[in-house]
Amino acid sequence: MTELAQNLIDGLGRGSIYALLALGIAVIFGVMHLLNFAHGELITIAGYAAFAALSQGWSWYLVTPLIVVTAVVAAVVIEFVAFRRVRGASDFTLLLTSFGVHFVVSAIFLLYVSASVKTFPRPQWVTNTYSLGPLNVEVFDTVVIAVTALTLLGTTLLLQRTMFGLALRAAAEDFDTARLMGVRSNSVIRGAFALSGLLAGIAGVFWLMRAGNTVPNAGIDPMLKGVLAALIGGLGSLRGAVLGGFALGLAEVLLRSRLPETIAGLTDGFVFILIALLFIFRPQGLITVAHAERV
Amino acid sequence: MLDVSGLTTKYGAISALRDATLSVGSGEVIGLIGPNGAGKTTALATIAGLLSPSSGTVTFEGADITAEPPERRLRAGLALVPEHRRIFVDLSVRENLKIGGATVPSSDRGELLDEMAERFPVLKDKWNVSAGYLSGGEAQQLAIARALMSRPKLLMMDEPSLGLAPVLVDVVFDLIVSLREQGRTMLVVEQNATRLLDVADRAYVLRSGEVVADGTGAELSARDDLFDTFVGGAQ
Repeated sequence: MTELAQNLIDGLGRGSIYALLALGIAVIFGVMHLLNFAHGELITIAGYAAFAALSQGWSWYLVTPLIVVTAVVAAVVIEFVAFRRVRGASDFTLLLTSFGVHFVVSAIFLLYVSASVKTFPRPQWVTNTYSLGPLNVEVFDTVVIAVTALTLLGTTLLLQRTMFGLALRAAAEDFDTARLMGVRSNSVIRGAFALSGLLAGIAGVFWLMRAGNTVPNAGIDPMLKGVLAALIGGLGSLRGAVLGGFALGLAEVLLRSRLPETIAGLTDGFVFILIALLFIFRPQGLITVAHAERV
Repeated sequence: MLDVSGLTTKYGAISALRDATLSVGSGEVIGLIGPNGAGKTTALATIAGLLSPSSGTVTFEGADITAEPPERRLRAGLALVPEHRRIFVDLSVRENLKIGGATVPSSDRGELLDEMAERFPVLKDKWNVSAGYLSGGEAQQLAIARALMSRPKLLMMDEPSLGLAPVLVDVVFDLIVSLREQGRTMLVVEQNATRLLDVADRAYVLRSGEVVADGTGAELSARDDLFDTFVGGAQ
């Protein structure tokens, strides 16, 4: 029982980061039908910004907003430079473009920075723990879960209460009709990328705090987790993406702690088997979106 | 107010609209009739900016808007109630109306919402209900109310009575009449040609993408060669 509770907390912490990544991917998929394989690049770029600032002696208090701002700016720039050119093209073209962005960004850091791992100091408190009854809780997980909860609440308010949120939801359901209502396609898509950058930035802060390093292809891992979580949740559903993130986090933690030690290293493989099973029985993901197949 | 000149719109190699010319004057109610596949929806979608013409021009209040995206045309005062209504089923009734008024100053939006609640009591009853739960008649009224939220100078409607029970068709036509009495300029596409000609000042007849006739309801009804247009409307 104690072990299960411990797993739940660990899984929630891990799942929170995945949920934020998946939500950013789902927002973009909703308005543009783009499965953004370049989403992890926001963390790569923010990671190098963090590395540069930390090696100049900046504190994490300053680096944290720097990471978030960098991710937002990078998302908006990538939309303008790459995705705006292919807007309205087939889903496949959009997908390939996102792969292109991934390779270009990795190549830039490989060529102009270094192929080697760049490490930076992690904040002191990342490894601290405290006792909660019989449980051993990481301060880090607590912060991640709390910040994620606040972020999800803020995102919900943004989507439900603001004109931008309304425009984004309308555009996700039926882009042409939203334009007939006067919704500017450039603004809503730029806004969607900014929001996805914000979510990736917040996830990125935690990702980088825990990793303490970055490499040119550092984006692959967060991208994969985000895409998987979004797929598990049912692409296009924002609630599904969040749910998928938590499900993925929990599955990883539970498998890692329950698998015999000799095969615990294969956790990711077992996670993929679980995901394959899910898609056999529920190909649409956890939450069905009626209009996801528009166009 | 609206002048369409020599408009041709193609889907691939097929011209759905060929060299169409029509005009709508301020305060007029103009009908666009014709059998299925005559290009009526294509005409409205091109005027609204959802489709790009391969030739021809669309002029609205003296300005050439042929190359403008739909969102700019709406700001200029051109609203379309699209075919099949296309209300946002994931949004509530109120949210659908709010997005319809996305371009009006937020200080005026509340007043417009009140106006719609008063004009469309069926919507008021379902104000916070998801629009996906509305019946066909309610959804059509929402689609029209949503377009009115932008305070359009020209309201275009594509098949507003399509798929509705006869009693609801009456509701829609009553609404068109009351909008006309308020002096609203409208361009309406209908298969129900006879009904439309009763409420329209003039109409254009489209066939195979071409404008083949225009005139008042009486003039068009008198022409034997347009018989199929009216028979189509009786379906």
